[in-house]
Amino acid sequence: MKLLKSTTKNTAVNAGDVTNNTGNYTMTKRVYLDHAATTPLDKRVLKVMEPYFSEKFGNAASTHFFGEEAEEAVEKAREDIAKAINAKPGEIYFTSGGTESDNLALAGIMRTGKKCEQLVTSNIEHHAIIRTADSLKKEGFETKFLSVNKKGFIQIEDVEKALKKKTRLVSVMHANNEIGTIQPIKEIGEACHKKETLFHSDAVQTVGKEKIDVEKMNIDMLSASAHKFYGPKGVGFLFKREEIKIEPLMFGGSHEKGLRPSTSNTPGIVGMAKALKIGIIEMDEENAREKKMRDRLVKESLEIKNSWINGGFPKIAGCAPLGFDFVEGQSMLLMLSDKGIAASTGSACNSEGLLPSHVLTALGLPRVKCHGSLRFTLGRENTDTDIDYVLEVLPPIVKKLREISPLRGK
Amino acid sequence: MFSKKTMEVFRNPKHVGFIKDADGIGRVGNPSCGDIMWVYIKVKQKNGKEILEDVKVKTFGCVAAIATASTVGEIAIGKALDKAIAITEKDIAKKLGGLPKEKMHCSTLSKKGLKAAIEDYRNKKEKAD
Ligand SMILES: Cc1ncc(COP(=O)(O)O)c(C=O)c1O
Ligand code: FES
Repeated sequence: MKLLKSTTKNTAVNAGDVTNNTGNYTMTKRVYLDHAATTPLDKRVLKVMEPYFSEKFGNAASTHFFGEEAEEAVEKAREDIAKAINAKPGEIYFTSGGTESDNLALAGIMRTGKKCEQLVTSNIEHHAIIRTADSLKKEGFETKFLSVNKKGFIQIEDVEKALKKKTRLVSVMHANNEIGTIQPIKEIGEACHKKETLFHSDAVQTVGKEKIDVEKMNIDMLSASAHKFYGPKGVGFLFKREEIKIEPLMFGGSHEKGLRPSTSNTPGIVGMAKALKIGIIEMDEENAREKKMRDRLVKESLEIKNSWINGGFPKIAGCAPLGFDFVEGQSMLLMLSDKGIAASTGSACNSEGLLPSHVLTALGLPRVKCHGSLRFTLGRENTDTDIDYVLEVLPPIVKKLREISPLRGK
Repeated sequence: MFSKKTMEVFRNPKHVGFIKDADGIGRVGNPSCGDIMWVYIKVKQKNGKEILEDVKVKTFGCVAAIATASTVGEIAIGKALDKAIAITEKDIAKKLGGLPKEKMHCSTLSKKGLKAAIEDYRNKKEKAD
């Protein structure tokens, strides 16, 4: 947020507060609780990336030692990433992130088929999926959006019912970015495979945070994005089984077997592989730690009257999608931001427009409740002190906004 | 996204809340964003004119809703009813140092709320007369 000028770089918690001297905000406290949006780059990741900027800067496709050096690093990263999700190195394609991987998977598959064929997905997907599906519909393909239940889960029976002869691809996200619900991916994949239908999963919120085994989970294609797991922004990958043929989105050189032309982002790719490695090594311990903090945050926040949690469990460890009646998310966000707490809301009145979040609407949440939603997503740098601070700051903010709300006590 | 002034008013809205024995109440909502505003007014007679003595607004809405609610109060207080009813969303936005285009409807909501409160006051008065 532009308005908040910080004077400290440290996310560690110091005593203190935000001082408002007419527009100049000096923050001594910065608590980042928006890890579903993006994560800070891990220092260990930065370290392995550094040589690939100006020292080992070669083009991985060049035939000389500069190129070879870069190519070696890219191919090593490909091997490491493949191993991390139980795939083959030849099945990993580097992209610019989650959005591109999702676009490539959906459009790439559908465009190898006939126009009468169908794409099945869900109504809680990220816009990278939903809008790609909408665009494919305009091209003439058929699309079907499965509904989730009130808790935010896809029902296997609904997937089975939706599978028709004309269904070419099913795409269901692993975990949702707004409510954290983890879908029964293995079972959905199994249902697809019984009908010989391909299955793609947007695993942007789970890669590096939850165990992924594409074999065991019956996944044919999978999207990931490094900046969600403490890697760099602007780099991701698509896993695609060897035997599946897809059309490229872009045309150019023969990088990534011609499926994704453009000079390899060597530092990004190296960083992503390292970030994934760290994520997997530290996963169990970190998830247990975040879950404990999250559970406390949820439990104590829900002590505020007329509050709730969006979506059911299982959820990703750090995700606390809360809601408070009679108040509006954006106002809560800004007041929290003034206190040095960064959270998020999927509510209306965001910069995008007036419509409430499609995910919350999909849960059957009435509009006023969508407006009162507030999402905290925890991560590696958070400590119990951060949670204490939120629990100290949040109740008075809700109280203050309720005092000026007409909905209260109606 | 918001001007400095808008943020300032949002952080410290002076005219939010309610008036216990209000002379008029305007209840308005915006169906497109789902936001709601209740405007309370207190009227006094001065030199044979009806003047807005106080305005308070309750709002369930975005940052701009809160800022414009407080600002419509600020502009209206001390004004004659005929003048106050003519306040436009642009007047409110101007006072706030401008509003993003997609946030103009929040200002409209504040304007409509005040207008509804004045109309409510006039209706009540007509009945009483
Ligand atoms: C579930 C999901 N899919 C896709 C994306 C898009 O990823 P990226 O920002 O790397 O394009 C995001 C992140 O915003 C996400 O949460
Ligand atoms: S009042 Fe609806 S977006 Fe501002």
